[in-house]
Amino acid sequence: MDLLLSALRWIVDGSHWQAGSQSPLPIQDRLVEHLTYTAIAVVIAAVIALPLGFLIGHSGRGRQFVIGFTGAMRALPTLGLLFFLLMVFGYFLSFDTAPIVGATISFVILAIPSMLAGAYAGLESVDRQTIDAARANGMTEWQILLQVEIPLGLPLIIGGIRAAVLQVIATVTIASYAGLGGLGQIISNGIGNNNYDLILGGALLVTALALVVDGLFALAQRATATRGLTDTRPATAARRRPTSRSPRPHASENA
Amino acid sequence: MIEFRSVTKEFPDGTVAVEDFSFVLPSHKTTVFVGSSGCGKTTLLRMINRMVEPSSGQILVDDQDIADQDKVQLRRSIGYVLQSSGLLPHRKVVDNVATVPVLKGVPKAQARSEALALLDKVGLDRSLAERYPRQLSGGQQQRVGVARALASDPNILLMDEPFGAVDPIVRADLQVELNRLQRELGKTIVFVTHDIDEAFILADQVVIFRKGGVIAQAGTPAEILADPADDFVASFIGADKGKRALRLQQREDDRGLTLVVDGDGRPLGVLDRRATS
Repeated sequence: MDLLLSALRWIVDGSHWQAGSQSPLPIQDRLVEHLTYTAIAVVIAAVIALPLGFLIGHSGRGRQFVIGFTGAMRALPTLGLLFFLLMVFGYFLSFDTAPIVGATISFVILAIPSMLAGAYAGLESVDRQTIDAARANGMTEWQILLQVEIPLGLPLIIGGIRAAVLQVIATVTIASYAGLGGLGQIISNGIGNNNYDLILGGALLVTALALVVDGLFALAQRATATRGLTDTRPATAARRRPTSRSPRPHASENA
Repeated sequence: MIEFRSVTKEFPDGTVAVEDFSFVLPSHKTTVFVGSSGCGKTTLLRMINRMVEPSSGQILVDDQDIADQDKVQLRRSIGYVLQSSGLLPHRKVVDNVATVPVLKGVPKAQARSEALALLDKVGLDRSLAERYPRQLSGGQQQRVGVARALASDPNILLMDEPFGAVDPIVRADLQVELNRLQRELGKTIVFVTHDIDEAFILADQVVIFRKGGVIAQAGTPAEILADPADDFVASFIGADKGKRALRLQQREDDRGLTLVVDGDGRPLGVLDRRATS
């Protein structure tokens, strides 16, 4: 308990947020690095994973690929991958660029499976009858994707992104092993100096960051939840029984 | 006019749903395809808007081969009503009805106001326009489905067991309503059902199918009732059990009322005196 209080005191200590402090301070610089690496990795992963997930979900082809691929990717240890890539890129790239490229690739690879699975599962969750009707009414395949499948699959799609972001936030902590800073820098510095305030303080910061970002995603998910599927104001006494035509699984299932 | 010219459909798994089917569906009439599940009737219906492509043969709408037409444009020009209403759950009723006009480029405000008028036409209160499909009863959803199919004022209306999922009372309502609409609009309707009574209520022309899209008999309801082509048709319409051969019967205690009874002597109703005079 003393350790925890001491760590909290360390976090709220104004001098640790002073610009120009010695490494691993100030805290806000590490925080910004942490968020920047997370954002870069997530955006790159999204550009790769979402279109691919939409393609697979829309066409129904490559389902086996998603299941096998995401399973295999999730089993990949990111720390090992990071060291491997640092070694590989160390041969080709300069001393400055090898770490950032290697780390970014590891985080992108970490983020892809969740997003791919979310995008695919989101589209897969849309009622086939609804899609069939949309097609029979003369929607083009693009219109079906953009106006029917993505809006209806949005909760699961965002759920996938949410899971990916959380994994990356937690894992960017290892960026400090590549000399890239981030909140992990505070922790590894603490380990080096046997300073529990730094170790625990850094860990708490990562946790707090993850919780805040997750909270933001929860709000986004609620805001984008399809209104027609959640609003249950009854229209008549003879309202239809709630057969789950378009399942809208709870968001946290995927997170 | 919709014409099937020796149409065959074989699915990739080798099932032959329809084989060498030729038939003409007259314009401005209701043709009902009836048969048990798996007889190919839905496949035939879905070939008309190219949701299913025939393996061989031709389908002509007003003497134009639909294979030469753009699928998407063709579908926008044909109304389609499904068993599950197939409404977009994330769009309000009014926007669902306006779907096809908006796809065709009609300004949204105009499409919405026309959609409201269509709700009147199918007997739905305009106050439902801002609801989502989930908030409607099954019968109301089907009416919205019909309104959506009519929204672009198509000549052809395809209806795939549209009333199959609603309860019998609502179904009877919807059948009467569809007949009223049809008298007003005069569309070429192709209606698929497995319910022979529904077929007789709605049809100008009934087509009874055997397995494999083979026509067992085609004709007006009266022709089929009066003269079933074979045992299959007779059993399908219930004539073999005497269900369709009705007789009038007067019993002593009935003070001059005339009963209508079926072949087994089961009373079905009373003869309306106005009908005989």
